[in-house]
Amino acid sequence: MSDYSKKILRVPTYSLLREQDADKQPVLVANNLGIDFGGLTAVDSFNIAIGPTEISGLIGPNGAGKTTIFNLLTGVYQPTRGAVLLKGIDTKGMQPSKVTRMGIARTFQNIRLFTDMTAKDNVKVGMHKDIRCSFFSSLLRLPSYYKSERAADEKAMELLEFMGLADVADVKAGSLPYGVQRRLEIARALATDPAILLLDEPAAGMNPSETAELTAQIRRIRDTFQIAVFLIEHDMNLVMNVCEAIAVVNYGKIIAKGTPDEIKNDPAVIEAYLGKKEES
Amino acid sequence: MDFLQYFIDGLYIGAIYAIIALGYTMVYGIAKMLNFAHGDVIMVGAYMSYTFVSASGMPVYLSIPIAMVICTVLGIVIEGLAYKPLRGTSSLAVLITAIGVSYFLQNAAQLIWGPAEIGFNRLVNAKPFLLFDGKLRVSPEAMVTLAIAVVIMVALTTFVNRTQTGKAMRAVAEDRDAAQLMGINVNRTISITFAIGSALAAVAGVLLCSKVQSVSPTVGSMPGIRAFTAAVFGGIGSIPGAMLGGMLLGLIETLTGAFISTQFSDAIVFLILIIVLLVKPAGLLGKQVQEKV
Repeated sequence: MSDYSKKILRVPTYSLLREQDADKQPVLVANNLGIDFGGLTAVDSFNIAIGPTEISGLIGPNGAGKTTIFNLLTGVYQPTRGAVLLKGIDTKGMQPSKVTRMGIARTFQNIRLFTDMTAKDNVKVGMHKDIRCSFFSSLLRLPSYYKSERAADEKAMELLEFMGLADVADVKAGSLPYGVQRRLEIARALATDPAILLLDEPAAGMNPSETAELTAQIRRIRDTFQIAVFLIEHDMNLVMNVCEAIAVVNYGKIIAKGTPDEIKNDPAVIEAYLGKKEES
Repeated sequence: MDFLQYFIDGLYIGAIYAIIALGYTMVYGIAKMLNFAHGDVIMVGAYMSYTFVSASGMPVYLSIPIAMVICTVLGIVIEGLAYKPLRGTSSLAVLITAIGVSYFLQNAAQLIWGPAEIGFNRLVNAKPFLLFDGKLRVSPEAMVTLAIAVVIMVALTTFVNRTQTGKAMRAVAEDRDAAQLMGINVNRTISITFAIGSALAAVAGVLLCSKVQSVSPTVGSMPGIRAFTAAVFGGIGSIPGAMLGGMLLGLIETLTGAFISTQFSDAIVFLILIIVLLVKPAGLLGKQVQEKV
């Protein structure tokens, strides 16, 4: 299980946190992962290992298969080849809800909040697995109902506060501004108590100051909850700033892995983004 | 005074439609399917009540919980055997299966209890209240039925809004995939919805057959279709909508039957439905959903 050649980051370096990670089993491993849709190979030989407190990124041109990879990791798609190991357990054949309860949470590229519910209720939906309260005790309002309801309320408010959303707790999610909705999605994902948080283009549609705030927030999430963050993002500023390790995909395959500096200077990456230099 | 009399009668039948419509609307809202067998679950509930009442001589109200339990199990079994395997396929396949289940239940009832109408005991055996020198008759049963409908609606609304299972239901109703990725077991949530819908059907079955004082294998079909209409009328997927739709449908049906023509009352009910849907396609309390392009 300590196959660190597969870890995104080959050498743990400057961050203390990642040195902590170095002798721990990765929280998420994709082993030779691949999926075909009909005759089309969307993702192929995708290998990755993410440390328990690592912030890593997945970048690549549009249509490279990034969201497909997220869908494979969260159990929305069943892989054609290979395996996903979450905390060392193969998730093959599991329902996405089961995979989520095992410790993976995500946000969506196009925000998918429950627009009819308040911000607080959205977070509480995320806490679904924690709240063990039977149908009857909630209908009859037994003390256990109030107890679990109060605990849920407190935890939801804590998370909202952490994401700077305390003042919109009772506002319907659908009527919140875009940037706020993105943060609420992260709060809802955190409510599932994940070991790894997947963010699908968290900065999409944000202005530069919001993006800067988000960058700091992502670090704070990792530091506070001691969890791993794996994000898809097109905003290179954010990616290079916050990610300790980056994997680049194109046409469903990893073309480069490394630190931000390594990625910036990788000829394969430059080619994928800017096209091949003409030989003349 | 006649008008008031018919108004009360309309509310009485409307309350029954409302309880049936609540079952339709919950299942539609959460499982996104039209359970056309819902009307026949009502019939099964009524037969169960009849069977226990005639076998043991217990009062009708005591048989309601028993019928509820049996219908709950029946609802979960129907969902698990007939609808769950089709989840993710075309909604047409599920719809046709529901019609198949409906026929199956009707014919099974015919085999067990025979095709003939059987007399059904009243839920409340008390003399009607006479008001205004006997010009206005209010049966206690109508009042009990109305009260039950209101209690059910309030309980359901609280359940859906306040409890964690209710929140899971709303989440599944709004975005099944996202709900799943928040750790909600969608299959379990849909099973619970069917269980609740079927328990309500059992209550409606007893109330309905107590009103018409008979039960037959097809007793649920027409009220089922009317209640479905009521659910659409009020805005399918909406709990208060089902309640309002059921009441309005009962009122329109009774009042047009009384003052215009009994023969045309159905035609008028559906004409009004068509007009409402032309003006408000999502129904009276339904939410207008803008398709994102």
